[in-house]
Amino acid sequence: MSLLRHDHVTVRLTTLPVSARVRPRLVVVCVVLAALAFLLCCLGMTIGDVPLGLSDVVPAVLGGGDSATAYIVQELRLPRALTGLLAGLAFGASGAVFQTITRNPLASPDMIGINAGAATAVVAGIAFGFGDGLGTTTLGLLGGLLTGLLVYVLAWRRGTTGYRILLVGIGVYAMCTSLTDYLLSRAQITEAQASIGWMVGNLANRGWENVAPLFAAFVVLFPLVLGLSRWMSTLQLGDEIAAGLGTPVQPVRLSLLLAGAGLVAFATASAGPISFVALTAPQIAQRLARLSAPPVTASALGGAVLVLGSDILARVITPSGLPVGIVTGALGAPVLLWLLVRANRSGSGG
Amino acid sequence: MRPDPEGVALARRPPQQAARALGLLTAVGVLVLLCLLSIWLGSKEISFGDVWRVLLHNDGSADGVIIHSVRMPRTVLAVLVGAALGLAGTVMQALTRNPLADPGLLGVSAGAAFAIVSSITVLGVSSLYGYIWFAFAGALAATAVVYFLGTRGNAGANPVKLTLAGAAVTALLGSFTSAMVLSDPVALNRYRFWSAGSLAGVDSGQLLQVLPFLLVGMVLAIAGGPALNSLALGDDVAVALGRRLGPLRLRGALAITLLTGAAVAVAGPIVFLGLIVPHAVRFALGPDHRWLLPYSAVLAPCLLLAADILGRILARPGEIRAGVIVAFVGAPMFIYLVRRRKQLES
Repeated sequence: MSLLRHDHVTVRLTTLPVSARVRPRLVVVCVVLAALAFLLCCLGMTIGDVPLGLSDVVPAVLGGGDSATAYIVQELRLPRALTGLLAGLAFGASGAVFQTITRNPLASPDMIGINAGAATAVVAGIAFGFGDGLGTTTLGLLGGLLTGLLVYVLAWRRGTTGYRILLVGIGVYAMCTSLTDYLLSRAQITEAQASIGWMVGNLANRGWENVAPLFAAFVVLFPLVLGLSRWMSTLQLGDEIAAGLGTPVQPVRLSLLLAGAGLVAFATASAGPISFVALTAPQIAQRLARLSAPPVTASALGGAVLVLGSDILARVITPSGLPVGIVTGALGAPVLLWLLVRANRSGSGG
Repeated sequence: MRPDPEGVALARRPPQQAARALGLLTAVGVLVLLCLLSIWLGSKEISFGDVWRVLLHNDGSADGVIIHSVRMPRTVLAVLVGAALGLAGTVMQALTRNPLADPGLLGVSAGAAFAIVSSITVLGVSSLYGYIWFAFAGALAATAVVYFLGTRGNAGANPVKLTLAGAAVTALLGSFTSAMVLSDPVALNRYRFWSAGSLAGVDSGQLLQVLPFLLVGMVLAIAGGPALNSLALGDDVAVALGRRLGPLRLRGALAITLLTGAAVAVAGPIVFLGLIVPHAVRFALGPDHRWLLPYSAVLAPCLLLAADILGRILARPGEIRAGVIVAFVGAPMFIYLVRRRKQLES
């Protein structure tokens, strides 16, 4: 509790090299979150039609154990757990990226239309009957990336600003959602149901074909984001100061935006637009680490913890297993509400 | 130049009072014209002469029935819902000092939607008469929660906190709504048509049911103009000018609830109207709420009516829902406005 009580750190511009002061805490936060994510990953694999113990799961992942258990774990539960883990990491990291480059805690990818664009593409696919299996993934990917690019292009006017990206993103978001609503109202009821099921964000029935592209994207994009993140702390100070400090503002912002949108698009394509992770995880990580901006790695790990924990909770509460997105929404919102109630003046943006 | 709290750069001097009044009158004229167009155009072609004749005197013919029981209520509904959402958006943006505020964004529509869906799934309510009350309750509860959360703490009601609270409430209710809709195909079927935002299929009885709430909400909103002006200068200045912030915000919240709850219940959550119209008006006229409010109340219905008419023309003999068109007309316009705003350069 005392950890969270001091959710405000005064970072003065004159004391820019703050790294020495905050890093030990950030490392502890990352380690704890990573351990928690690992634990939840293993725990998640024990739940299912055939209950398994941790002592069954761990050897089965490594290739041991009896063949039935090995099959269940490796073909059914491991892909699900990995999809959740990777999607959570991707949502969390991209949330941190978006909140930092726009300098606004609201500017998560869900808010500026990237999830919505992916959803529109997928629903169009389902409604017009060409969106099964791999088609869904491809459509979600294309939709998300195109939307991200569209937001950036539309927000470009001799450079872009965080505020303009957020506003334009909200415009694009509204367009995508209304198009989705229209497609839903045109579709057959079964198709509408399938679409809504996907739009909520779901980890059920994920296979290796869902994990592979997401993993590949993560391995490429996450290091890119990390590499760029040293500029993020200067972007946080405003464009002019950042430029004065030698940050190539526009190239960095475009690269970050595209890398972040890519992460979200791949995660959405694999797991559906799991709500609220990209918005909440960075805020939680930022407060846990007591920083003035969301830290990328801790946000990613926080996202993974949120997604995996919510998926476990969903399966424990209901036998049929609610879609994970419903739980992240239900869980994430009170966390954010609680943070809001305790919030201090330091909130930026708006 | 003094910093503008609304973030609106006034490139030129605001027009004089007479010009503004004339502009408002013109807008009303356009609205009347659009109303006539909306009554004239529909899936059954009726000549303008016949429309005019039947409009003034309902002779009980087939055309008369169509005009009086289908197209008139629909047109009146568009005007009312448009005015309601335009006003709600204006009040909201002023109250939260947040240019991004919109009934959709601050959780009010989500509250109404959630309550309506619960009434469908849990209580089996199937008529509009049934869900209006739930919509109010939901909108009011969501407004109260967002307001409570957004004003807690030492900084008072700051825009970021309010908007975040709104986003949080929206997300929370959205996931509950999805959960209910997913588990109940009947509710899903009703929900997906309602949620696309449509003006079709509303009769005059239903209109009368929401009318009182809309009127009270509109009066509350428009009467609050001067107070909103002082609020725009900042909480401290508003207090120094003798405004009491608590009652002022409460009145605003009540107006927003009435307007949004009723509008959402009859027409579904039409996004964007409450966001874009006040922006457009503020861009042209500057941030004076005594003018912003009436202009928004007239121009928002114009946009909604135009969208509804366009939806009927584009997809004849079917139709594209007004909410979809509004978003498609509104989004580019909104993005254009965003791109033109000089203060977003830095």
